Amino acid sequence: MTTVSSAEHTRRDFLYIATGAVGAVGAAAALVPLIAQMNPDASTVAAGAPIEVDLAPIAEGQIVKVFWRSKPIFISHRSKKEIEEAQKVNVGTLPDPEPDSARVKQGHDPWLVVIGICTHLGCIPLAHQGEYNGFFCPCHGSAYDTSGRIRKGPAPKNLPLPPYQFVSDTKIRIG
Amino acid sequence: MTMQRTILALTLAGSLAAAVAAPAFAQEHSHETPQPPGNKWSFAGPFGKYDEAQLQRGFKVYKEVCASCHSLSMVAFRNLADPGGPGYSPAQAAAVAAEYKIKDLDDKGEPIERDGRAADYFPPPFPNDRAAAAANGGVAPPDLSTIAKARTYERGFPWFVFDIFTQYQEQGPDYLVALLKGYEDPPQGFQLPPGGNYNKYFPGHAIAMPKPLQDGQVTYDDGAPQTLDQYAKDVSAFLMWAAEPHLVARKRLGFQVMIFLIVLAGLMYFTKKKVWHEVEKPREIAAGQDPSKTTL
Amino acid sequence: MSGHSTYQPQNKFLQWFEKRLPIGGLIHSSFVAYPTPRNLNYWWTFGGILSFMLGVQIITGIVLAMHYTPHVDFAFKSVEAIMRDVNYGWLLRYLHANGASMFFFAVYIHMFRGIYYGSYKEPREVLWILGVIIYLLMMATGFMGYVLVWGQMSFWAATVITNLFSAIPGIGDPIVTWLWGGYAVGNPTLNRFYSLHYLLPFAIAGVVILHVWALHVVGQNNPTGIEPKSDKDTVPFTPYATVKDGFFMVVFMILLAWFVFYLPNFMGHADNYIPANPAVTPAHIVPEWYYLPFYAILRAIPDKLMGVVALFASILILAFLPWLDTSRVRSARYRPLFKQFFWLWVVVCIGLGWLGAKPAEGIYVILSRILTVYYFAFFIVVLPLLGIFEKTKPVPNSISDAVLDGKAKA
Repeated sequence: MTTVSSAEHTRRDFLYIATGAVGAVGAAAALVPLIAQMNPDASTVAAGAPIEVDLAPIAEGQIVKVFWRSKPIFISHRSKKEIEEAQKVNVGTLPDPEPDSARVKQGHDPWLVVIGICTHLGCIPLAHQGEYNGFFCPCHGSAYDTSGRIRKGPAPKNLPLPPYQFVSDTKIRIG
Repeated sequence: MTMQRTILALTLAGSLAAAVAAPAFAQEHSHETPQPPGNKWSFAGPFGKYDEAQLQRGFKVYKEVCASCHSLSMVAFRNLADPGGPGYSPAQAAAVAAEYKIKDLDDKGEPIERDGRAADYFPPPFPNDRAAAAANGGVAPPDLSTIAKARTYERGFPWFVFDIFTQYQEQGPDYLVALLKGYEDPPQGFQLPPGGNYNKYFPGHAIAMPKPLQDGQVTYDDGAPQTLDQYAKDVSAFLMWAAEPHLVARKRLGFQVMIFLIVLAGLMYFTKKKVWHEVEKPREIAAGQDPSKTTL
Repeated sequence: MSGHSTYQPQNKFLQWFEKRLPIGGLIHSSFVAYPTPRNLNYWWTFGGILSFMLGVQIITGIVLAMHYTPHVDFAFKSVEAIMRDVNYGWLLRYLHANGASMFFFAVYIHMFRGIYYGSYKEPREVLWILGVIIYLLMMATGFMGYVLVWGQMSFWAATVITNLFSAIPGIGDPIVTWLWGGYAVGNPTLNRFYSLHYLLPFAIAGVVILHVWALHVVGQNNPTGIEPKSDKDTVPFTPYATVKDGFFMVVFMILLAWFVFYLPNFMGHADNYIPANPAVTPAHIVPEWYYLPFYAILRAIPDKLMGVVALFASILILAFLPWLDTSRVRSARYRPLFKQFFWLWVVVCIGLGWLGAKPAEGIYVILSRILTVYYFAFFIVVLPLLGIFEKTKPVPNSISDAVLDGKAKA
């Protein structure tokens, strides 16, 4: 035991390290399926495909709620007054500065489409409520304006916009 | 030692004899059901893969023939575009889906039928099981989603032992092919119950399903022979995919895992030898042994 | 017999921690310094393999439970959704299903090894009985897990096995109704089986800890059956036993992977891919292969109550093995007659397994009866008498003597 040559030492150490390394790689690879299984499964992903919403039945001043990928989407048909209110705000004074034009699709000013989830802690805000007559979150008192921008309260960001486009003047595709 | 070997040998011989004799004995009792002949499957063996063209043809047979009575409730249209499957594009899968009408509710809660989407599942041919049973002489035709794994035949001793090494796992499709081709006139003296059809490979021989496929029934676009034999193989392959959609991924990952484990086992073996060798050596030398021959 | 704890951590924090909770010392004395007989062969690696398999089953099981729905309308569908839609779901489920089979395969080898080398004899009786308890818990867990799939075999296995209790005179039927939570196997049955299937593996893990504890108190048996007498007879657990166990564990994984990836449905039944149908019983109902010998014993006896009694007796008799075997010599190496009866008994167990899969008619019933008689006779006739009449071979003085002696001969 005491007279092991250093060459043998190296060979032995290499063998031990190689075995340990290969074993560690295997253990790490075994974690992949255990972690991946928690991601959305194939049927959930397929059910998250884009949806089309017909805007024709939504009257001016009305806000409807639809669901896409299990998230509530607010579609607001804004009145002239609401659009004006949204446009005349001094963007620089906002907590999350964004002009109204960046919040709607060009040429479709009346239509505000936002994900109806408060950016504070995920509650669903109430429509047409609060100080700014946009959305008001009853959980912790965040108030959004008619452009869905945060104006007051603990929420840090404006209501996010889902990916969508107009397929015709009265129809949008979300997703 | 000899006596012990004799007893062991006698026991083994005895159990072997029993194993061979017993099935022969049992066979006299039951009506003879022949074993389905084996087929060459592209998805057999450790490197097996589904043949895309075959699955597409099999899907056509299912759609045009089987689907009029059998549901496929656990397969979604999107699956047609999944890797390791029939190899359709997502657009083609969506187009197939659009050919189907799916029951749904409109905004007012009224029942409607809309065009199918990729996320929808194959709709059943009957509104419910009872309707399916009523339309088919009292028994609902089985759902085909898992049928290729739900049907088998008895392999018997010693074949089931060999199967472990040959990886024979295609009893289901072999049985389905045999069944689809096994319709014939009942032998003399066979009492066919009303509503029954004689099938050589069906256990008990009286099957409710009438002969579903004949030569020339389905038109193939890829030049494959339009024969009962080809239809039976194609639709069985398709049903195998429907029952085991991740077979290709499974066998591919399996090969990688095998290589990895063999390498690791080899390394572990040499590590073990090394570790044990060192403790052995002084003792072996003390006992006048050659340390290079130690195996413990 | 745990190795004397010489554990002295270098790290300051570990020293601080060790003074307050000496878990490092416990691990060191149990899995590092613990002396193991130097002559253990590969049959002794199955304890480690079994711990590994228990871990695999618990981990894959916890994950599968995240996707499974214990309801008669959704159970089968949710299993199919795991197979089709969940990321790597097919792998996790095939691992769990084939893992159960491999778990039993390993436990049978572990048990046969224990019997062959007399590992149940004084002072290892409690160790052995704890093992029998683990085995019983495994059987219950495996059975309930099989039911969760809610295929035809699941449903009818649940019906048949719960009906075993109806054989109890007088109170049998109320007990069965109580087990079902209804007038037949149904949703309440499925729900409680799910709950218990999740619970029992942790009970197994608990008894495994006791089993290992008991092992470390009395020390491991070894192929010679003689207790280690000096340091020469043992080597420390780490690295010697760990690396040997580790090597064979990987070999065992190759076997498991062979089934999981290439023959995932070999051990299963085709009928279990048909959703449960309470109106139709499959033509041949058979339990999973690891219960077949006991199933054969049940069917060998033409009386309902006696059949059930024989079934349970065939398992419980194992617990009495330490007292049924009267021989003073532990290992079969030095017991020429015992060795023959033992191998005959192994063949009989396999034979019973084969018969359990056959229809209960004609020659199969007769063979089952003959083998059942031998199965019990081995315990209650052969073992007690052998201790008196068997002429054993001379036992070596010590383990190292045996090792060197064996080398010299070879």
